[in-house]
Amino acid sequence: MIELRLWVVQRSGMFLAIALFILMFGIYIGNHPAGLTVNVATTAANKGVLLALVAMAQTLPVLTGGLDLSVGMVFILCNCLASHIVIGSPLQVALGIIAVLATGLAAGAVSGTIIVYGRLQPIITTLATGAIFYGIALLLRPVPGGEIDTNLADFVTYQLFDTVPTTLVLLVLVTAAVWLPFRLSVTGRACLAIGSAEGAAFMSGVAIARAKLLAYVLSGFLAALAGLLLTFITFSGEASAPAGGTYTLNSIAAVVIGGTSLFGGSGGVIGSIFGAFVLRTIEDLLFVFDLPPLWQPLFQGIVLLAAVSLGAGRVFRLRNRLELFG
Amino acid sequence: MIDSPLPDDGAPLLRMRGIAKRYGGVTALDGVDFACRAGSIHAVLGENGAGKSTLIKIIAGVVQPSAGEMFLADHPVRFATPAEATRNGIVCIFQELSLLPDLTVADNICITDPPRRFGLIDGRAQRRRAAELLARVGCADVHPMELVKNLTLSRRQMVEIAKALGRKPKLLILDEATSALTAADVASVYAILHRLRDDGLAILYISHRMHEIAELADLCSVFRNGRHIETFAKGRHSDDEIVELMIGREYRHVFPPKPVRAAPPPPVLTLDRLSWAPRLHDISLTVGSGEIVGLGGLDGQGQRELLLALFGVLRGVTGSIAVAGRPVRPTSPLQAKSPKIGMALIPEDRKTEGLMLPMSVRDNISLASIAQLTRGLTVDRDAETRRIDDMVRQLAIKVDDIDSPVATLSGGNQQKVVIAKWLMTEARIILLNDPTRGIDVGTKQEMYQLLRELADAGAAILLYSTDYDELVGCCDRVAILYQGRILRELRGTEITEHNIVASALNLGLAGGTEAAA
Repeated sequence: MIELRLWVVQRSGMFLAIALFILMFGIYIGNHPAGLTVNVATTAANKGVLLALVAMAQTLPVLTGGLDLSVGMVFILCNCLASHIVIGSPLQVALGIIAVLATGLAAGAVSGTIIVYGRLQPIITTLATGAIFYGIALLLRPVPGGEIDTNLADFVTYQLFDTVPTTLVLLVLVTAAVWLPFRLSVTGRACLAIGSAEGAAFMSGVAIARAKLLAYVLSGFLAALAGLLLTFITFSGEASAPAGGTYTLNSIAAVVIGGTSLFGGSGGVIGSIFGAFVLRTIEDLLFVFDLPPLWQPLFQGIVLLAAVSLGAGRVFRLRNRLELFG
Repeated sequence: MIDSPLPDDGAPLLRMRGIAKRYGGVTALDGVDFACRAGSIHAVLGENGAGKSTLIKIIAGVVQPSAGEMFLADHPVRFATPAEATRNGIVCIFQELSLLPDLTVADNICITDPPRRFGLIDGRAQRRRAAELLARVGCADVHPMELVKNLTLSRRQMVEIAKALGRKPKLLILDEATSALTAADVASVYAILHRLRDDGLAILYISHRMHEIAELADLCSVFRNGRHIETFAKGRHSDDEIVELMIGREYRHVFPPKPVRAAPPPPVLTLDRLSWAPRLHDISLTVGSGEIVGLGGLDGQGQRELLLALFGVLRGVTGSIAVAGRPVRPTSPLQAKSPKIGMALIPEDRKTEGLMLPMSVRDNISLASIAQLTRGLTVDRDAETRRIDDMVRQLAIKVDDIDSPVATLSGGNQQKVVIAKWLMTEARIILLNDPTRGIDVGTKQEMYQLLRELADAGAAILLYSTDYDELVGCCDRVAILYQGRILRELRGTEITEHNIVASALNLGLAGGTEAAA
């Protein structure tokens, strides 16, 4: 019993994000003229999963106490690359997908190597590498265009057995294949340890360099998956700087709404996924209530502030003012 | 020095030959020969800056020696990282805790080598292992799934010891490992260490507390100025002789004499039924001008909370505080330090609450009194420098340049910087929270002298210390706290170590002295 209580309390941020999403999505469906149909769910899922993947990519560096400002640009770079090479015979398509994902891994490895071995600060490093990745994206796609294997795109963006949105299934698979092993591996725990107290982790004999590097490499991989998915949804590539920037900033917002501490050390990608869904549902709510979509940033800001305030509510209960800073 | 008087003549587990360590132009260790053996508890003694910490860090792979060789069971070794030392059976419990606050107790205990199934961490097995180790160190009340940041300092230290045992050490190093423990935990740590020694472990033990060494150590090694001075069996030298070896000069009385008073001095600080549920209950206490009043008792009985309540850190404090007869109610340290109240608090943890480590000695010392040093819109640098130079001289702070970062100073000198910062505010009420924890003998002695001088100059001093010797030697009165209440107030000749311990445990006093309840 006490174990269940501790388990829940230590994940309160995640549960809060899930509850918030259920509430908002419930309101959305309740006011949608068609109700919860497969098509409505698929549209919502495709957009939500896109941001969820980028938010997952952001979560890993944040857990180590860092921040990755390049996730949006890796996302855009992989979108542009995919619009060139994921086409042709099934073999070519498969090789293309592998190349896109490898590009994401490589991009993460570059940022991670500079941060770990060059000992530069994550924020400034990823700001710089992000700009470089965007530059490459522009070289690949000076103007929007390109194409992608249509059959595969249709498969990914519709439903499995005409009931479940495929992207949702893919998200679950990715989470199971990347996050669960990460969370339960010694290296993954090392990432949390580094975010919690890097000096103490070093003194405990934790392999710090390897763990941190892995966080950025996996981050690049997840961002590449998102870039691939974007290409499947739009059938084209576009080196859009605003899109890259927006996804980066929204990914940070999603991470925070999902209960991961920006100081590192606690949280996880499940919360971030629901944080991303919450942000995405705002757009849908504006739609069903016939509000102009231009209001979206304003509402996103309000939801973000509200979510952060809920987490900060404990401040008012603190009886020792010193704990404000701990 | 040759280790001739060692009782055990088997081959040493760890041997160091000609070990030197230089940081830039500073020599921390200078040609040290040192050995420690299996099945013994070996105390390493020395003032801060004597080279003990560097020695430990070299053994544990945190830093690499500039010269010399190290042998483990006669094989030459060199550890590039703490992880490598751990793999060779050398486990270190550092003074700065190496726990990860956001992780659970079980995660921490099994941080580098958790039990695994199919390559992934087996949470259930990990909890079981953590629970076993916690039970072994007498901490079965700590739940393995609790986050470390929710534990008290004493419990964290015990978790640290459980974590070290889980790594199956051959050589266990404890660096000031008991400084944060409650009396009950200290007893169980002693028992564990004795058992481990009997199981054949080599234990290196660093402590500034003389009675701990007497109780624990089989062997003692004294370091001074980066050199190994002498290694001897326990009991070969008296405490005074050991202290002489450590400081290299004649050992004087540690504590300055206490003044003899005919009448109680005029009260400066008066507390009436101060409470902060559930940690403080009906604390009524006065501290007069020129008085040093001690707060005693077992660790964690509300002493820290009392100091924080006075300094405006706690919310929801009831009862009354009066300064020089006028009621006050500070709601922040900013108010507490204002001339109207005039309080200063020397905090417990200088690294997080006392100092801005990367900032200069100058900026640290003038931080609390910067408003008084400001003319118009800017700080009067000349006046600031003059005042700081006075402070550096008065407290004998060893620093070449007041513009160098305070992080480059030794622990004792850092603590002096914290004190200098508060002396600059010319506070009339000085609250001290265990100010000599982890500080060398020489600096402690200067600190006691300083406290008495401040009191003689009219300050009211409230001192919490976990070191009973210190309370006995420094204080005019000692209030013993127990579960947030003042149980007894000891005065004059009643203030003995025996009476403090007996009161702390809520026992009767020796010699039939009547104590104020």
